[in-house]
Amino acid sequence: MFDSPAIAVAMSGGVDSSAVAAMLRAEGRNVIGLTMQLWNQRRLAGHEGMPETVQGRCCSIDDVYDARRVADTLGIPYYVVNHEERFERDVVRPFVEEYLAGRTPIPCSLCNNHLKFDQLLIVARQVGADRIATGHYAQVVFDEPLNRWLLKRPADKSKDQTYFLFGLTQEQLSRTLFPLGGMTKPEVRELARKHNLVIAEKPDSQEICFVPGGDYKRFLEAYLAEQGDERAETEIAGEMVTTDGKVIGEHAGVHNFTVGQRKGLGVATGSPLYVIQIKNDTRQVVVGKDEELYSRTLRARRVNLISTAELREPMRVAVKIRHKHQPAPAIIQSAGPDEVIVTFDEPQRAITPGQAAVFYDGDIVVGGGWIENSTQ
Amino acid sequence: MPRSLLSAPKSSILAPRIGTIETSMMRRVYLDNNATTPVLPEVLEAMRPYFGEHFGNASSIHHHGQETRAAVERARESVAALLGCRASEVVFTSGGTEADNLAIFGLTRSGDHVITSTIEHHAVLNACKHLAAKGCEVTYIPVDGRGLVDPADVKHAVRPNTKLITIMFANNETGVVQPVAEIGEIAAEADIYFHTDAVQAAGKIAIDVNKIGCDLLTISSHKFHGPQGVGALYVRKGTQLEPMLYGGSHERSRRAGTENVPGIVGLGKAAELAVAGFERGDDLKMAVARDHLERELLSIEATGLNGEGAPRVPNTTNIYFDSIAGEALVIALDLKGLAVSTGAACSSGAIEPSHVLLAMGLGPDRAKASIRFSLGKQNMAEDVDFALALIPETVSRLRDLSPVYRSVFSK
Repeated sequence: MFDSPAIAVAMSGGVDSSAVAAMLRAEGRNVIGLTMQLWNQRRLAGHEGMPETVQGRCCSIDDVYDARRVADTLGIPYYVVNHEERFERDVVRPFVEEYLAGRTPIPCSLCNNHLKFDQLLIVARQVGADRIATGHYAQVVFDEPLNRWLLKRPADKSKDQTYFLFGLTQEQLSRTLFPLGGMTKPEVRELARKHNLVIAEKPDSQEICFVPGGDYKRFLEAYLAEQGDERAETEIAGEMVTTDGKVIGEHAGVHNFTVGQRKGLGVATGSPLYVIQIKNDTRQVVVGKDEELYSRTLRARRVNLISTAELREPMRVAVKIRHKHQPAPAIIQSAGPDEVIVTFDEPQRAITPGQAAVFYDGDIVVGGGWIENSTQ
Repeated sequence: MPRSLLSAPKSSILAPRIGTIETSMMRRVYLDNNATTPVLPEVLEAMRPYFGEHFGNASSIHHHGQETRAAVERARESVAALLGCRASEVVFTSGGTEADNLAIFGLTRSGDHVITSTIEHHAVLNACKHLAAKGCEVTYIPVDGRGLVDPADVKHAVRPNTKLITIMFANNETGVVQPVAEIGEIAAEADIYFHTDAVQAAGKIAIDVNKIGCDLLTISSHKFHGPQGVGALYVRKGTQLEPMLYGGSHERSRRAGTENVPGIVGLGKAAELAVAGFERGDDLKMAVARDHLERELLSIEATGLNGEGAPRVPNTTNIYFDSIAGEALVIALDLKGLAVSTGAACSSGAIEPSHVLLAMGLGPDRAKASIRFSLGKQNMAEDVDFALALIPETVSRLRDLSPVYRSVFSK
């Protein structure tokens, strides 16, 4: 009965991944529950500005207990695997460095690329599973004519997580299941209730898992202090200038800003000012009027293509430049290896370096890359 | 007829029902006996009356109390026989951790100096860390590549204010047996208290507190086929020990709280069985089985023995399989029915590289690639065969899927 190859479910202790485990188990599949221990939530607790006690949404002991109880309810084997070292190297440090370089990073995509669909998939295969299933809202299908695995938006568009999954390779997609791709969130909760899972009413997580309370600035400062890295205090302060080059003040560090930000600039002028650009080389934060935030083109680097092996000629797509962005019509064209130029039909507001640009053809994810810069 | 590792006729008939859990689904073999051991049937039988029939409080005057008091004192004698001490020198505790803590905190005052080693169990290591808050200084003696403390290092660490030396008898991860008798001599010469955590030695090798020359010694029942939640501290007569728990005058006022009678009875029975086992030469048979397992595992390429060249308890072998994550191997083997361990068990399930193996000079990668196999009295010769049939192919699969191994070892 259990001779069919096993499926490893990446369990976070939340509703979605628990429901996945329940669904696969109900289908009679041979399911193994795995939780990645990625970050010690107590590590920076008590550092200046950090909460003394933490109730992290991910990797907290409570979440591991929840996942374990779900596994017990379902009668599946369950294990915690420790990937703290890789997580720090491939997610936390790049997150910190990106902010210090004046960009606005997305740690969840890095985690998907380097941990969940890489390290965890390796462990899953090593322990005898041939595929991994997660609670992401997305769909993966094999397209015979194209001979490629496709990543598609889920049935519940309001929960679409494909923006964070653009980095998945064909090999990774071929070994991935997204069982929630055809379901809505209320249906998922109902399923969890039906299986008597203790986490059925657990609230959704919103914040970055390793930043308790969601205050990334404090996290950055505490992390740098823990590392004995003094850049937070010395090297990153700089001038605040207007788009026409006038110095109007100083700032304490580029990591405090993101493109499009209006509040907390520390300068008072007659008309509302926004962060237009953060200059990495001079550490200047450029501010200006709302209309100066709009750009028509962007350059994306480290591009991963999914629905096609290469971009031979310009392609008409819709491009999403942040998670909550409505995909906007654009043309993408190759600009060298792993690089793509995106030209929007209409200028887009606050194109932010460090975020991802993800290309869609209807519901199909063509690919995506990391935003390097934008031009008007 | 299953071939037993040991000759104990009762165990070999009854053991398969407890140690080797046969289900319609999967055969399960347990080779993680340094984490805990199954309670032997004789132990369970000895305990059974003390849950219902003989339920009295051992401090009560009446018949019921007298019955359980006698049982507790018989158990105390059995433990004393295992350790070569007097019954009055045995203090029952809730387990190894409490006994270690009682020894360490019961003896030290602000301003004292304590000597321990870098490879102690966390029950000693974290207690010693906490001593700093109490105003004590602690010296951590390193170990060599074999995992051995050098008694000369202990001698050099002695100061005028050294109050206590606490160095383990046998290490839980490697099974390496420390030169406790030499350390005992050093302690005696310098007139310093010597405590040894013998949790992983008890039941596996003979213990004689007078040969060791220790003043305090910790044992834990569930490491040698007694129940969990009970242990004992040997306290040499005349040792001034401050209690940690205040309450009634139980255990000669050294450990307040109503006795865990069924647990204590179980510990006593386990101690008796251990003594009988030594008389039969069980430890030698155990070593033969362990050596067979070890030899076969070491024939797998890119493996090595942790603790090579050091004396070890007969049931433990700790082997590294280069370029694998030990964690993944433990999971893969568990899914096939074999229970082994990467080292110290951790309550959250998360795994840090073993402080013991790091202290022996292993790099973090090799420490994380190390697996502990520990046999128990319930194990059959077939259990070792089962492990040996499973491990080589599993290691090979892990390595095929390991990017590191492929780049290093493929031609």
